Amino acid sequence: MNHPGLPQLLVIVVYLALLLALALLSNRWLRGTKADYQLASHSIGPVLLLLSLFGTTMTGFALVGSSGEAFRSGVGVYGLLASSSGIIHSLCFFTIGLRVWGLARRHGYSTQIAFFRDRLESDRIGLLLFPVLVGLSIPYVLVGIISAGGIVQQLTAGLWVDGPLGFASPGPHQGGVPPWLGAGTICGVVLIYVFFGGMRGTAWANALQTLLFMILGVVTFVLIVNQLGGQPTLLANMQRLGGELAPEMSTREGMSQSHFFMYLLIPLSVGMFPHVFQHWLTAKRASTFKLPIIAHPIFILIVWLPCVLLGAWATTPLLADAVAQAWQAKGFEGPPPAIPTNPNYILPYMVKTLTPSILGGFLAAGILAAIMSSLDSQFLCLGTIFNNDIVMHYRGEQNVSDAQQVYWTRGFVIAVVGLCYGIYLLTQAHAASVFALGVWCFSGFAALFPVVFAALYWKRLSKAGAYCGIAAAILSWVFLFYQAWRQPEGGIGDYSLSLTLGDQTHELMPVVVMFASALVATIAVSLVTPPPSPATIDKFFDER
Amino acid sequence: MSNTTKGHRLIWVGVVLLIILRQDSWFWNDATLVLGILPIGLAWQIGISIAAAILWYIAALIAWPADRLPPLPPSRDEQTEVSP
Repeated sequence: MNHPGLPQLLVIVVYLALLLALALLSNRWLRGTKADYQLASHSIGPVLLLLSLFGTTMTGFALVGSSGEAFRSGVGVYGLLASSSGIIHSLCFFTIGLRVWGLARRHGYSTQIAFFRDRLESDRIGLLLFPVLVGLSIPYVLVGIISAGGIVQQLTAGLWVDGPLGFASPGPHQGGVPPWLGAGTICGVVLIYVFFGGMRGTAWANALQTLLFMILGVVTFVLIVNQLGGQPTLLANMQRLGGELAPEMSTREGMSQSHFFMYLLIPLSVGMFPHVFQHWLTAKRASTFKLPIIAHPIFILIVWLPCVLLGAWATTPLLADAVAQAWQAKGFEGPPPAIPTNPNYILPYMVKTLTPSILGGFLAAGILAAIMSSLDSQFLCLGTIFNNDIVMHYRGEQNVSDAQQVYWTRGFVIAVVGLCYGIYLLTQAHAASVFALGVWCFSGFAALFPVVFAALYWKRLSKAGAYCGIAAAILSWVFLFYQAWRQPEGGIGDYSLSLTLGDQTHELMPVVVMFASALVATIAVSLVTPPPSPATIDKFFDER
Repeated sequence: MSNTTKGHRLIWVGVVLLIILRQDSWFWNDATLVLGILPIGLAWQIGISIAAAILWYIAALIAWPADRLPPLPPSRDEQTEVSP
């Protein structure tokens, strides 16, 4: 059992098997209705909604991305996205989620597209929104796949150093399960439990996985800090690490204040995530939202703070010494693996080298749980919008049998996951920063926020205004992403635009341009085109 | 003006205040450690997270928008039979 990577692999395999068993179990509770499969019959209570919503919004980005970015640029990353998300995510649940839930319950919507079709009196809005939502989900799914593949390989390094099919690829991960196999297995398991368990299974799996990654996250933090600090108590270890942190990592010296402010726009993305929208509709009653809205900022704190501190403390000179000692104590021969240069790998590296092998496997399962609890909702949602908004909508409910629905829906989800997996294998996506890719994905969804907010709170929003707002958001996203991708130096995360006003030049994050484009297009075009009919205004604004 | 509307306005004021406080330029380059562990800028941001939770607790007490929504009928797709 002391073979490098073996205990970790065994724990991961057992964990994946348990998830499949949970899906089969929840399948026995399925009521056999479409509403139950897609929305768990609107039966989800406050605790399950909190856990499933939180698990859905926290992906590999929150663990791998946050620790990696803190490793790269210091503790300022917490303020960039964690404290801002605590304010903005709950604001979105409060202003968008609750209202959408009421309208969806009253008028029977199961997806965002169904809501927009009705609100905008436009059947064809679905043909614009569907590719936009699916297209923006691709980098989100990629974030999960990149994180999963990297983590499994990191944590099983040394397992089969002369093995075939990528096991033997040289480097610090030599012998680890190759990313194509690790990421592929994780995608396969998530697909199976989503297909078997539907929304009820996904919500249960999310709740289980959210609890797991929160508890194990705290355990990981304590274990690694105690190894890193080498002092007798946790407090003494934290004080030693705090004292060793370089000033540029403990402050925001290199961080632009305007960039910090502009990051506030990124969490608005949850207002337009299709999978979060679908989770909102599972709520049993309006009051179910209270607990998720209140507890969400604290849950973010519990997950992000340990990751950010570990990432920043990994830059201290204490890491190399602690790893060397732990490696010797485990009885492994030869030098320990080198500290990774790819920030994505810093958290799994510390888990692998600084925690006991078996426990390391549990911690790996915790990290994978965070990743899978987002992938499952994304897969389920992609299937739901394809089934409801494309297949059923255009072929007619009476012309599509149950078996055909299942066939088409699963085929579509597998095709999208296969596309993401193909991009992961065939491009350099695996080397992309999880944090940077996540921010680009969230920027696209955040740019759509003006449209959904206007749909709910502005009677004057017209069909043409919404079309132009969505088009402006996605066209500016594609244009700016292309510019970022082809820039000769720096990664996609380093791209920004310059705005010169007088003799001063200001740097703008891409999300600001996208958001402003969509906002201006939505408002300007709505004001010069015919408003919605009185019947539609009555239908959506009658309670005020 | 109803109590819920007043509460709503109060919450929006709270949100704006939190957004302003989050932009803590006063701790930007301050490397002081709180309790010898946390950089003071990070400790401030943790305070923002806790304050956000308190604000949303108050929102649930005084500005719950669903209070104004009429009772809901069952959704229309609940009876549609389909195999998963």
